[in-house]
Amino acid sequence: MNCQRTQELLHGYLDGELDLAGSLEVERHMQECQSCACVYNNQTALRSAFTDSALYYPAPAKLQKRIRSSLRQANKAEAPVRALPWRWLTAGAALAFVLLIAFFIWSALPGRLGPSRDDLLAQEVVSAHVRSLMGTHLTDVASSDQHTVKPWFDGKLDFAPQVRDFSDQGYPLVGGRLEYLNNRTAAALVYQRQKHLINVLIWPSEHSADSEPELTTRQGYNLIHWTRGGMTYWAVSDLNGVELQELTRLIQEQVPPRQQSR
Amino acid sequence: MQIQNKLAGFEEAVLPHLDAAYNLARWLTRNEADAEDVVQESVLRAFRYFSGFRQGAEGRPWLLGIVRHTCYTWMRQNRAQELLVPLDESNDLESQDLSPEALLLQSADGQMVRRALEELPVEFREVVVLRELEGMSYKEIAGITDLPLGTVMSRLARARKRLQKSLTGHTHAEVPG
Repeated sequence: MNCQRTQELLHGYLDGELDLAGSLEVERHMQECQSCACVYNNQTALRSAFTDSALYYPAPAKLQKRIRSSLRQANKAEAPVRALPWRWLTAGAALAFVLLIAFFIWSALPGRLGPSRDDLLAQEVVSAHVRSLMGTHLTDVASSDQHTVKPWFDGKLDFAPQVRDFSDQGYPLVGGRLEYLNNRTAAALVYQRQKHLINVLIWPSEHSADSEPELTTRQGYNLIHWTRGGMTYWAVSDLNGVELQELTRLIQEQVPPRQQSR
Repeated sequence: MQIQNKLAGFEEAVLPHLDAAYNLARWLTRNEADAEDVVQESVLRAFRYFSGFRQGAEGRPWLLGIVRHTCYTWMRQNRAQELLVPLDESNDLESQDLSPEALLLQSADGQMVRRALEELPVEFREVVVLRELEGMSYKEIAGITDLPLGTVMSRLARARKRLQKSLTGHTHAEVPG
């Protein structure tokens, strides 16, 4: 291991973030290399200078108060009329019941199932996107190299998604992840456009026909859904619609449309 | 009833992390009043999106992600020039001067450390604040800042290197190669 690499890994070592093998390597190198050992000592000293200087800014008490009261206000604004007279409640319940029955009849009508399922799916896609950004689990395999990400999916999925990096076009591949969507495992490819992250979710389509990309908006996120070459695709991001469509076009171009006769 | 529960659930999951939220906003905006505004806005935004928050998930990284996002929006509107400075992420790590500076560093007083941290570019400052002041793991920091894990480590490395330089008063001569 050279000094350049050590002096970067050293920080992972200092922060207890390296695995055993990495830690041993760093330790071994520092025993042999005085200058890296010196850098390490300096960094330990820097850390203690940090701990000693009260640098933390706790929230002022008046801010706490201000926030609590504005939360209460926001909560009130969200709340519907609180105390409904009870007669109205009965009427409401009856109405709800009628609507429920109507809904069941409506959804049982042939050909009506499609849109509402797509709706639910769009909801699932948005949730998957939000989850991936909120937690610490954006990617299972973080790499901009398509030849790393694609083989990673091997054996984890019962299909092989197309993986391509579009760095040249301004949409670098960030990595891949397994998702569970629509009651099956799906591949999630993560792309980046400037500060925006884009999840592209892929799984084998149940319909045989290709469909053109359709742009919708949900909870402020843009979604594009299309089917091509036997795969269902969903792209979701807070990126603007135009740029998301551009990425869609790039992804589409690498998959030939499904043959009519198969 | 449900609405009341939402407020109670939110207060329980998020309000304990108000200090963390303010600390991050204060370091990113470097100003008390602005930090307060940013935190208030962030908390209200978090409240609006609370239904998307998984029960039992960690509230602190979730809130800090929102605070960071709000800070950057605020900076784009008010201090765009700060964000325009391109971040030099070149490999300037390998040190040329290897004098033991540990003693010098240990004698740095709080005022000096504070100033050194304030002067770091915001992209470096945020990883240091999250790591050294919040004690967050690389994975959590990566989640909050939307950066790959490797970048978190290399940013921290560069940030600390810069802090060390500014605390020991080195005018570090770049030697090519």
